[in-house]
Amino acid sequence: MGLDSPIPARPSATHLRLLRNLTEAVGISGSEAQVREIVRAHVEPLADEIRTDAMGNLLVIRKGPGRRRLRVMLAAHMDEVGLMVVSVGSEGELKFERVGGLDARQLVGKPVWIGKDRLPGVIGGKPVHLTTREERKQTTKVESMGIDIGVSKKEAAEGKITPGTGAVFATSFRRIRGTLRAKALDDRMGVAILAELLEHPIEGIELQAAFTVQEEIGLRGAQIAAHTLKPDVAIALDCTPARDLPTWDGEENTQYNARLGHGPAIYAADGRTLAHPGLLRHLVDTAETAGIPYQIRQPGGGGTDAGAIHLTREGIPSISVSVPARYIHTACSIAYVSDWRNTVRLVHAAMSTMTRSALRR
Amino acid sequence: MQELIQRLVEAFGPSGKEDQVRDIVRGEIEPYVDEISVSPLGGLHAIVNPGGGTKIMVAAHMDEIGVIISHVDGNGFARFHKIGGVFPQTLVGHRVRFEGDVTGVIGAEASVEIGDAPKLAEAFIDFGASSVAECPVRVGDLGAFTRPFVKLGNRYVAKSLDDRVGVAVAIEAAKRLRNSPNEVQFAFTTQEEVGLRGARTSAYGLDPDVGIALDVTRTGDTPKGIKMAIELGGGPAIKVRDSGSLSDPRVVDLMVRRAEAAHIPYQLEVLQAGTTDATAIQLTRAGVPVGVISIPCRYIHTPSEMVDAGDVENSVKLLVEILKAPVTLDRE
Repeated sequence: MGLDSPIPARPSATHLRLLRNLTEAVGISGSEAQVREIVRAHVEPLADEIRTDAMGNLLVIRKGPGRRRLRVMLAAHMDEVGLMVVSVGSEGELKFERVGGLDARQLVGKPVWIGKDRLPGVIGGKPVHLTTREERKQTTKVESMGIDIGVSKKEAAEGKITPGTGAVFATSFRRIRGTLRAKALDDRMGVAILAELLEHPIEGIELQAAFTVQEEIGLRGAQIAAHTLKPDVAIALDCTPARDLPTWDGEENTQYNARLGHGPAIYAADGRTLAHPGLLRHLVDTAETAGIPYQIRQPGGGGTDAGAIHLTREGIPSISVSVPARYIHTACSIAYVSDWRNTVRLVHAAMSTMTRSALRR
Repeated sequence: MQELIQRLVEAFGPSGKEDQVRDIVRGEIEPYVDEISVSPLGGLHAIVNPGGGTKIMVAAHMDEIGVIISHVDGNGFARFHKIGGVFPQTLVGHRVRFEGDVTGVIGAEASVEIGDAPKLAEAFIDFGASSVAECPVRVGDLGAFTRPFVKLGNRYVAKSLDDRVGVAVAIEAAKRLRNSPNEVQFAFTTQEEVGLRGARTSAYGLDPDVGIALDVTRTGDTPKGIKMAIELGGGPAIKVRDSGSLSDPRVVDLMVRRAEAAHIPYQLEVLQAGTTDATAIQLTRAGVPVGVISIPCRYIHTPSEMVDAGDVENSVKLLVEILKAPVTLDRE
């Protein structure tokens, strides 16, 4: 492929801006509206049909030319892991709970944005001078943490924030040559890829783009989106951890999950899904024919929207493809521009050559 | 039946790669059923008397536990992840097979003390290769444990009797049944060992009135064994409950009545850890009354599972008794 692919190898200014806006948006599970509006603004002119369903999934249909089109559902989740304010303490500090898989050790000392207006705050931490040897060995409990928003009275904080408001790490997007640094690349990267793919209608394909909600708390949005869309085939577009740095003792790293710079990570198996063997074959063949680098994500735990989608109704042939990123579910993740672009190219090429024969087991 | 069971247990079929087993099942059952199809998740649906009477789904899973390759190192050793409930103590020294007749042996890092079971991350598969290029597998390849079938006295010993013995019982029942006043939906399901996945989508598609799963269950009859009133040779176990489902009392009652009327020995089963396809079937759509015929089995999820030939035969008889007469579940 290469030359005849309509997908540029370098990201356009538009797509970089889209990814920036998406990663800087505030959108914990259940509060995805800000992300949804950014997506909607980009895809509305491209859509044959567009609607927001009962849970907040944004479902967008784009039909390519031709008849008897294969219905391909691509899912990318709009939500991110984060915090939810549960109450205001006596000194105006905000008590919170975690939403989705967040390590308590990642929280203390981090600046955050609260609510859709991105009110700044910081998760307070005790200066090291004042800690005891015993305290330094232990993880601070989430119940004892608070977000400081620079007020000293309970009433002052209550005027700004109500319980249920979401908060996320305050990390701005940066591109440093071939590297992207941002929060929430899981899965705003997938969202950006899906929004871009809607720009390219494909002959014989009805693209059913599902920008899903509540993935991080149990693949909830994808379950109902798949029930509504009844696709012939589904691909979840997600972001998977790359733990690819050398091991401390110099031994070969055998447990890296995925590696930066090795291309899109195609799934054979994770904790929730065994990939459809025909689709796995099709994606690998497509990558090899088109000369697109790829890797098989290490089989293991974890799950994507495919885990919910493939068990919908009579069953839907499904697979996942992820962009690898280091340090996801922390304040700051790192991905490669090349893996991003190669993932767009692979999924586009795979849809362009997909027929019902790919659904044979 | 012994020959059929041997062929089924020696077939290769880890969860997600059940096609070899499916081909055997199709070859055996096709002449005895009216309709046959393959589901999107690879399950085989074989229907007797479509459109007639109560729709009874009879589920037996084709898949077995196994392994999946996660990394091949510079010296040709492969790391792996488990598929389904693989016990760490069944790893070292055991052999695993992959498609294309590739066999490997499992070893463990030296940091694992003699007598300890390795963690999954400490074990590897040796294919007799000494480089990545020589290694015959790649990341994502599925494998399964391998061990020949043997008969010890009146007992069958093999890997994957869980649940190929259930598959054999369903096939044999279909052959003896010939016809039924019910619509009998034999569903040979996939991906049970990783979370009852194939049964869930098959049940949605088949939309049955009653669901019966055929699977193995544990026994309490070995030295210092678990406390459980199930023994090898005592007849099929009619499940009352397990950790995933409570059988519908009307289905339990029906099974007991048909067993007694035909003088088939049976045992009532309460299993404290483990579950079957019935759990997924029960919660499908608006709900399905379910029951389970369990074949008592020792050493489940090891390469040497053991069942009693008499229990297998009586399980077939009980299933045929249930299916050959009209099934109605009255509300008490």
